[in-house]
Amino acid sequence: MNRLTLVRKNLFRKKTRSTLMLLSIAIAFLLYGALGAFNQFWEDPPQAPTRLVTLNKINFTQPLPYAYYNRLQSVDGIVAASHANWFGGYFREPTNVVTTFAVEPESWFTVYPEFDMPADQRARFISDRTCMAAGAPIAEQYGWSVGDRIPLQSNIFTRADGAEAWQLEVCAIYTSTADTAGAGAVLLHYELFRETASFGGNSLGWFVLLTEDAALNESVSRGIDDMFANSSAETETSTEAAFNQAFLEQFGDIATILSLVIGAAFVSILIIVGTTMVLSITERTKEIGVLKTLGFRNNAVFGMVLAESVFLSLLGGLIGLGLAAGLLAGAEAGLGDAFPPIVMTVEIIGSAIALMLVFGLITGLIPAASALRLKIIDAFSKG
Amino acid sequence: MRQTLAVISLNLKSIPRRLGMSTATIGAVALVVAVLLGFQAIGNGFRATAERSGAEDIAIMLREGSQAELNSGLSRDQARLIEVADGVARDETDNGIISAELYVIVDGVLRGAQTEANLGLRGMEANGPAMRQGFSLVEGRMFSPGAAELIVGEGVQREFLGFELGQEIRLGTNNWTVVGIFSTGGTVFDSEVWSDLGVLQNLYQRGSSVQSVRARLTSPDGLERLQAYVENEPRLNLDVQTEAEFFAGQSSGTAGVISSLGWPLSIVMAIGALAGAWNTLYSSVDARAREIATLRAIGFSGFSAFIGTMAEAVMLSAIGGAVGTGIAVLFFNGLSFQGLGDSFTQVVFDLSVTWDSIETGITLAIMVGVFGGIFPAIRAARMPILAVHRS
Repeated sequence: MNRLTLVRKNLFRKKTRSTLMLLSIAIAFLLYGALGAFNQFWEDPPQAPTRLVTLNKINFTQPLPYAYYNRLQSVDGIVAASHANWFGGYFREPTNVVTTFAVEPESWFTVYPEFDMPADQRARFISDRTCMAAGAPIAEQYGWSVGDRIPLQSNIFTRADGAEAWQLEVCAIYTSTADTAGAGAVLLHYELFRETASFGGNSLGWFVLLTEDAALNESVSRGIDDMFANSSAETETSTEAAFNQAFLEQFGDIATILSLVIGAAFVSILIIVGTTMVLSITERTKEIGVLKTLGFRNNAVFGMVLAESVFLSLLGGLIGLGLAAGLLAGAEAGLGDAFPPIVMTVEIIGSAIALMLVFGLITGLIPAASALRLKIIDAFSKG
Repeated sequence: MRQTLAVISLNLKSIPRRLGMSTATIGAVALVVAVLLGFQAIGNGFRATAERSGAEDIAIMLREGSQAELNSGLSRDQARLIEVADGVARDETDNGIISAELYVIVDGVLRGAQTEANLGLRGMEANGPAMRQGFSLVEGRMFSPGAAELIVGEGVQREFLGFELGQEIRLGTNNWTVVGIFSTGGTVFDSEVWSDLGVLQNLYQRGSSVQSVRARLTSPDGLERLQAYVENEPRLNLDVQTEAEFFAGQSSGTAGVISSLGWPLSIVMAIGALAGAWNTLYSSVDARAREIATLRAIGFSGFSAFIGTMAEAVMLSAIGGAVGTGIAVLFFNGLSFQGLGDSFTQVVFDLSVTWDSIETGITLAIMVGVFGGIFPAIRAARMPILAVHRS
């Protein structure tokens, strides 16, 4: 029987208590893992380093003149450009919101090379303007498959011919090979939108560009914005990452709220586990006295008590991270649509393990120190 | 009964002997309740603001199926038809009291985060301000027709940079002068910036189109008469509802989403606190094993031991609940917050810790106590009398 066995036996001698402590620690790290991943996504959304977006400077909901599309392509450093309009789509009921963009299909797939679909579906969508391409999550949500005809309505636009909906054939279902925001959207032909909508077809919503190199992002942005300065519609060009982040920040100060919750959970678990550890060592005063009588050195006893709490913390923490991973996988299935998957990054897992060690050391320190100082004579004189 | 009371008081008096663990339990329960109340305060604050915003005697008209002002569009001719509609109140000169309005989104800069955020800029006709209940100019004056002047809601002034009275502010490509600060008593309109309709249409190249028309109703049955008028007028394809209905139908936006996270988070944390309560009470029972056995030996019932331990558990968790409520009221109640609303603009509101949510919080705390206490209490009730001899 080596010392580790002794640590393990000690830890689980009171099964209910150990299980409860493991549970508390697991919960703290479940929150840390799940909320941390969410927070990271919020602070630092996934991005393509050379992708820029150009919007109306007033606000991204304001349109831009169609003529800008050709003018902007003359700026040095741009390798590809595309444009999109927000369509305000819904399916059957206004509450079934379908994120829909009216785009120029071929160039859209050039600026989003990560969108992936079978070659025949892609060709069909590009060549037929009554086609739509649906992101896999939204197709799954509404049970659409290739070949279905879908009546898509808009809460902004009406059809010039008075018909209620746009009848579109699902010609392609695409997935994204990268964590792109907007990878779940429905795409339809801008040309069709322009010809059938009773208004709004002559302006564009926003431009998406690829630059030759991320180092050129600055100069390309400035080139575009200077070109349209002092016109009736000034532009604001930024990296996709910067835009996404600014967009997410509109939802409120999520990061602060999440940090507060994680903090509160840790503080409460820390005090619970800490006081329980003190109690469980105090109860074993006599045994520690026996160990010392048998010739175990003070340092060895100190180490064993500390090992016990660190072991407890690591075990509980890893269970918690496992639960968090499961939860995030479930949330991904539930969120679907426009959200890219939220995952725990290596940094989060690394910092969680570091926290587990710190947590174990803090909760073990006081009982370990009192075990260290314990005199054999006192151990046996107590009740 | 006397037995039970005696045991309860023994239990409670022994709490200070386990001060560390008892405080830990109280603290854990307090944090659970504070988190729950904090999250609910976000949702409640937003809802209260939306509910305050809608009047019963004002009708709002949007293009059929558009649901939000941002998506809607009406022509000037349609607005003029409403001006003479049945059910709409008239002023002294017999003109219908309506306000045709244009609502655009501009970028403002938030004071706290220093980042750009969507801000609603509303162009309205002369009747517009008076159609908001509780409207008053806090400082300055009204915008003059035809001038690029703004009056700014109190909420905007609180959360956004650059809207000080007398200042010139650039929104997109245009310069505006802030000539007044207004309040509507904490409605969603306090999160808006208002200007003259004609000026806004002009600067944003909207021709003579508007997005919504508000009309003052003559009487409670005015709405039905107005709806019948719109129904029978082929040139009008509008949804007509009272402003109160309109705001009741709005979702709570991102505030609602954030708020809905409150329950799952606090339940998960409550399980952690439950574990804490459990530990504390088991150790309480163990520490008093000899005492409990002695009581049993001299004739006290197992039931009284059970109740004694339960009382200790519920006492600890109730104190925790009270502390948590205190934290929530002290730190969250009245805190200014902003989030995206249905019209895709920032809505500024005050967090509100309501009595309902306090009741829920205390109930949750006591549940933690009951579940945390029940197994230790059963152990206390079954304490063998022989435990008297245990050293």
